[in-house]
Amino acid sequence: MSTTVKIPATHLETGSRQVGRPLERIDAKGKAVGSTRYAGDYVMPDMLHAKVLRSTVASANLRRLDVTKARALPGVVCVLTGADVPKHMVSTDIPGQTGSWGQNTGQPILVHDRVRYFGEPLALIASESRDIAERAMTLIEPEYEPLPGVFDPIEALKPEAPLVQGVGNVVASQMVRKGDVKHGFETADVIVERVYRTQFIEHAFLEPEVGLSWIDENDVINIHVSTQVIEHFRVVADAVGLPYNRVRIRGALVGGGFGGKEDVTVEIYLALLALATRRPVRLEYTREDSFVGHGKRHPFVMTYRTGVKNDGTITALEAKFIADAGAYVFLSPSVMVYAATAAPGPYKIDNLIADAKAVATNNMYTSAFRGFGAAQACVAYEQQMDEVAKAIGMDPVKFRRKNYMRAGDRTATGVVVPSAIWTEQCVDQAWTALGEPVEVSGPIKIGRGVAACLQGYGRLTSLHDTSEGWVGVERDGTVTVRSGVTDIGAGQVSALAQIAAEVLGVTLQDVAVYNSDSAVTPLAGTTTATRALYMTGNAIRQAAEAVRRRLAQRAAKAFNVPPDDIDMAFSKVFVADDPAQSMAFRDLVRICAAEGIHCSELAMFCAPFTEKLNPETGQGQVHPDFSYGAHAIELTVDTETGEITVIKSVGAHDVGRAINPAAVEGQIEGGAVQGQGYALSEEMIYKEGRLMTPSLSEYLIPTAMDVPQVKCIILESGSGLGPFGAKGIGEAALTPVAAAIANAVADAIGVRIAELPITPEKVVNALREKE
Amino acid sequence: MREKAIVFEVNERQHCTTIPSHRTLLEVLRALGYVDVKCGCEKGDCGACAVLVDGEAIDSCLTLAWTVEGRAITTVAGLGNSNNPHPLQAAFARNGAIQCGFCTPGVIIASESLLRKTPNPSDDEIRFALSGNLCRCTGYTKIFEAVREMVLTRSGGVLR
Repeated sequence: MSTTVKIPATHLETGSRQVGRPLERIDAKGKAVGSTRYAGDYVMPDMLHAKVLRSTVASANLRRLDVTKARALPGVVCVLTGADVPKHMVSTDIPGQTGSWGQNTGQPILVHDRVRYFGEPLALIASESRDIAERAMTLIEPEYEPLPGVFDPIEALKPEAPLVQGVGNVVASQMVRKGDVKHGFETADVIVERVYRTQFIEHAFLEPEVGLSWIDENDVINIHVSTQVIEHFRVVADAVGLPYNRVRIRGALVGGGFGGKEDVTVEIYLALLALATRRPVRLEYTREDSFVGHGKRHPFVMTYRTGVKNDGTITALEAKFIADAGAYVFLSPSVMVYAATAAPGPYKIDNLIADAKAVATNNMYTSAFRGFGAAQACVAYEQQMDEVAKAIGMDPVKFRRKNYMRAGDRTATGVVVPSAIWTEQCVDQAWTALGEPVEVSGPIKIGRGVAACLQGYGRLTSLHDTSEGWVGVERDGTVTVRSGVTDIGAGQVSALAQIAAEVLGVTLQDVAVYNSDSAVTPLAGTTTATRALYMTGNAIRQAAEAVRRRLAQRAAKAFNVPPDDIDMAFSKVFVADDPAQSMAFRDLVRICAAEGIHCSELAMFCAPFTEKLNPETGQGQVHPDFSYGAHAIELTVDTETGEITVIKSVGAHDVGRAINPAAVEGQIEGGAVQGQGYALSEEMIYKEGRLMTPSLSEYLIPTAMDVPQVKCIILESGSGLGPFGAKGIGEAALTPVAAAIANAVADAIGVRIAELPITPEKVVNALREKE
Repeated sequence: MREKAIVFEVNERQHCTTIPSHRTLLEVLRALGYVDVKCGCEKGDCGACAVLVDGEAIDSCLTLAWTVEGRAITTVAGLGNSNNPHPLQAAFARNGAIQCGFCTPGVIIASESLLRKTPNPSDDEIRFALSGNLCRCTGYTKIFEAVREMVLTRSGGVLR
């Protein structure tokens, strides 16, 4: 459901025929009729079935791991323990195409001697059937010597806390310093302070981790796997001690990612077992394996202190983030960069201190999740904006309007954003779209909330990100695209087809995309960080444009006009202002092929390359660019039961240019509901490190009955760095939602519940305390 | 462990296969090659494995294979194919109701089951019928629109 705001005429690209239309995605029909093959749908002759045995304690020395009985069980082919892979570590915390901070995750592939979290992998089993593997698991007897653990990041910072990782358990930190905060607070009329808390969150993609590995005739390890990052072939090669060109990762269409398939999942286990057995090996996680086995969204404790003048001018902000990193580092350093640099949100705050620390505990490790630290920051800064507005008696939308960062202003890290900043338009349109409030009575109270956000798109510029893509035209006039990009469900592949079709003047059906194979498709980089469209889209556009230029030159010769006068559309090539002079696209391709004119192109797109942020001040460029958006919510609260019902949910985002508006709506709608789960129902509960919610009946993602129809407002400033002026939407769609809901609840009941999720129990308790 | 040969039909094809007592229908269907039936949780929480048994949607992960002796099963691939998709499949694709697509087979099966029993469901009935099928990508908005469009088409444009 959406209304589209027209692009101002000056930004319109002429000749747009495929880009900008809500076309049916090229992957849709196969998924609808069940012919799409996911990574878990492949089997091979002579294939073994694998399982991962995990620790059932969170902090211990592993005294002994007796696998004798398991190895002796008929049908068990291989059992590997830490003793079999002594030097092997999960080798990098920066997956992907380029860039490395040289930081190790510190996690052994299999526990050697020390268990640091519940669910840490102890052993790998490969057997003739899944039944046998499951039976073998029960025959392995770990002997633990319990060690004191620490399960709260604030406790873990105390000097007497058990050491899990790093120095004093701090595994990553990021600071930002701008202006003079002391002076800022001195000039404030009012200072508002509050601690906001968020919880462990599970990605809950519908497809649990799965893969199939085999060693081929050239001694290459092939891994067919559900992943966001085929470039993990390097991580796998490092882990098993092979050259990079001897590991091949073949992706598949991915059954959901959201950051949960950004780190390595089953690949290293599969490679080790295939090497050990020389047989194909399949490993599929159960839902419980998946819940226990991959990193979560960082829970944050966020202390915000804001100084403001009575006229609504913010004079200073001090933001402190403490994040639970869990037992190993993974992507915590990058998450801290995102959080600290997003601390002021889309507001112009000249006096700023932000400090983010990731602290090791014996909880499950935390890593990437849609929004990546910036989403947690938004939960704090947008609740704080409402609280500050309330403290000075100003309307929250008006207060925001007074403080928006605008074109030409500098970000928290001192950078002028290269694109349009349409926060105000997004907030105003989302807020207005709520329309007339529903009528309520008695114990049912109604509330409204809004939240704005900024979200970087593209990886951290200090990672020097690149993407390669290939476009070629065939002699029947069809177009082939090759890109390593993984499609995790947002339409990454279909967008590339749309872009190539646009540039070469054919329709979407004329384009075939081959993707996600680290050995044969050009490496496009990760599908993470809202970068796929920006990076791979630009690479494919460049490649397609190079092909078009060469074809147009040849056509120009045929029609005896300058190349710039040649246009292509509807699979025809013609003189732009005299379309009667034309030929079929395929005829032109045949002529070019016969004359040895190169009809394909491999292009590389490079994001801006920068140094890391200044370690003293946190100043410098963080992201290539930012997306700006807003979400507005109307909900009701039953003050007797605490039940919250979301009635209206509106996302408004400047996406720069909607390559496929239906796909953009899909992102906003999905983000709205994932954000609603974040705000109201989802929580991975750990008790002394042990997961208490290992199923989808205990970890509650929203169902169709829990959510309203989401309304989308797509704004198109045309100013983004992506193809045709596109920005990114994947993460931004989720980021403002939870804060908008929290603000709406506070509006409804007059008391703020500053700890997600806002459950009925917390509502009832808060109302009791208020009385 | 006991085994038994059972006869049943999948997508109008007869199968006679020997199955151990504890095998679920999901395991058996996937082993027979019906991999369009998805495994999301094996606990009846997510609905990705839904199939029609004599026209009724059930979670195949909660159904022991022995219990479908003599019955007719339809998976999503049995409803249509890409040359000749079922109208619901076409509506899902056209409406952008599919993102990662992993929940889609179960959601389409649940929708089909609803529409066979209740050709003109109310909005609440649609939401209730889909509430056993989790989707993490779409927010259900376009799924709901696709089903509603089907209802509208079938009822000649009259919505309840």
